[in-house]
Amino acid sequence: MHLAYPAVLAVLLFCVGLYGVLARRNAILVLMSVELMLNAVNLNLVAFDVWLRDALHSGQALTLFTIAIAAAEIGIGLAIVLAVYRNRGTSAVDDLRDTAELPDDGGDGDDDGDSEGAAAEEPDEADEPGVSAPAKASQKAEATA
Amino acid sequence: MNLHVAADAPQGFLSPTGVEIAFVLVGLVTLGAAIITVTTRQLVHAALWLVVALGGLAVEYLLLTAEFIAWVQVLIYVGSVVVLLLFGLMLTRAPIGRSPDADSGNRPAALAVALAAAAALVWVVVDAFRTQWIKLDKPQGTTDVTGSVLFRHWVLPFEALSVLLLAALVGAIVLSRKSKDEPGGNGRQNRNGRPTPKAPRAQSDPKAQSAQTSQSGQTSQSGQTSQSGQTSQSGQTSQSDQADQTERTR
Repeated sequence: MHLAYPAVLAVLLFCVGLYGVLARRNAILVLMSVELMLNAVNLNLVAFDVWLRDALHSGQALTLFTIAIAAAEIGIGLAIVLAVYRNRGTSAVDDLRDTAELPDDGGDGDDDGDSEGAAAEEPDEADEPGVSAPAKASQKAEATA
Repeated sequence: MNLHVAADAPQGFLSPTGVEIAFVLVGLVTLGAAIITVTTRQLVHAALWLVVALGGLAVEYLLLTAEFIAWVQVLIYVGSVVVLLLFGLMLTRAPIGRSPDADSGNRPAALAVALAAAAALVWVVVDAFRTQWIKLDKPQGTTDVTGSVLFRHWVLPFEALSVLLLAALVGAIVLSRKSKDEPGGNGRQNRNGRPTPKAPRAQSDPKAQSAQTSQSGQTSQSGQTSQSGQTSQSGQTSQSDQADQTERTR
């Protein structure tokens, strides 16, 4: 088999995954595109392992490790996406702009509907742009408790 | 290394073997499924087309004589990762039908970047490996070979990987636990291993109120019932209700 076939297929799959990571809006679709990119790398590893006839089979062993790491990554990633969805009510990566540096105002305009209780009682801490979601949740809990 | 050069290679560009034809056909199916995965507007369909793409990659591994990798691919990706993704879609209440906002606003930029990367990488890869062939006469990735190599030469990374999987498991559990202060999550506070500091205070409020109502009776009978009802909250409230009823009858 010509070596260009698996190599070109891996390149095209990687670029399809790259497009998906950049263009998708839902975080779970972004994770799917990351899986496509990892699989393209796996195909490259297997093809070059079979081509070089490595005595240690480094490519195939590394492919197994990559598959296991991808499984761990998808578990952690989905847990993070679910935590973000529970705190924010959305899983769109475009809406998570808390750490963006807005030129006009320092506050985060996207998060006002979520942190109404904290903003009503502790307005100075709720207006910080760099506060992450768990920190805000704990602040809101302390404010309501 | 048994490398070939183009001169003595038995294959050629215009005389593809059967394995090459099968590889290209399955590769076209895989690539098409991957493109549908990243472009469809129905989120569940994206996960199902991802199954087709990953299964096609498993067939490619079989054609490259790496059968153990192929079965691991089927087992882990098609079996568990796609199921996890579907669970994630369901848990985040993804819309079943067409969702108009599946793509973000930077879609043209993403398309430009992906096409530029594809053009550059395909050019480089084809130019680099134009004269190289893979000899598929002997299977390279049987379970026997892979197992012996994995547990003889790669056993230390394998064990480190098991530790990483354990850490990922613990991390996923910690991340996906219900927050203790979440509104509406009161029914699940008892399932957590740790008792939350807020829960006893919330449960002590009706106790205090019922104790006040029983103390407002000012009779010896209601005081005894309120002291005897300290074991369970529901028993205390029912006995304090009885004390109130006896007070009202008097």
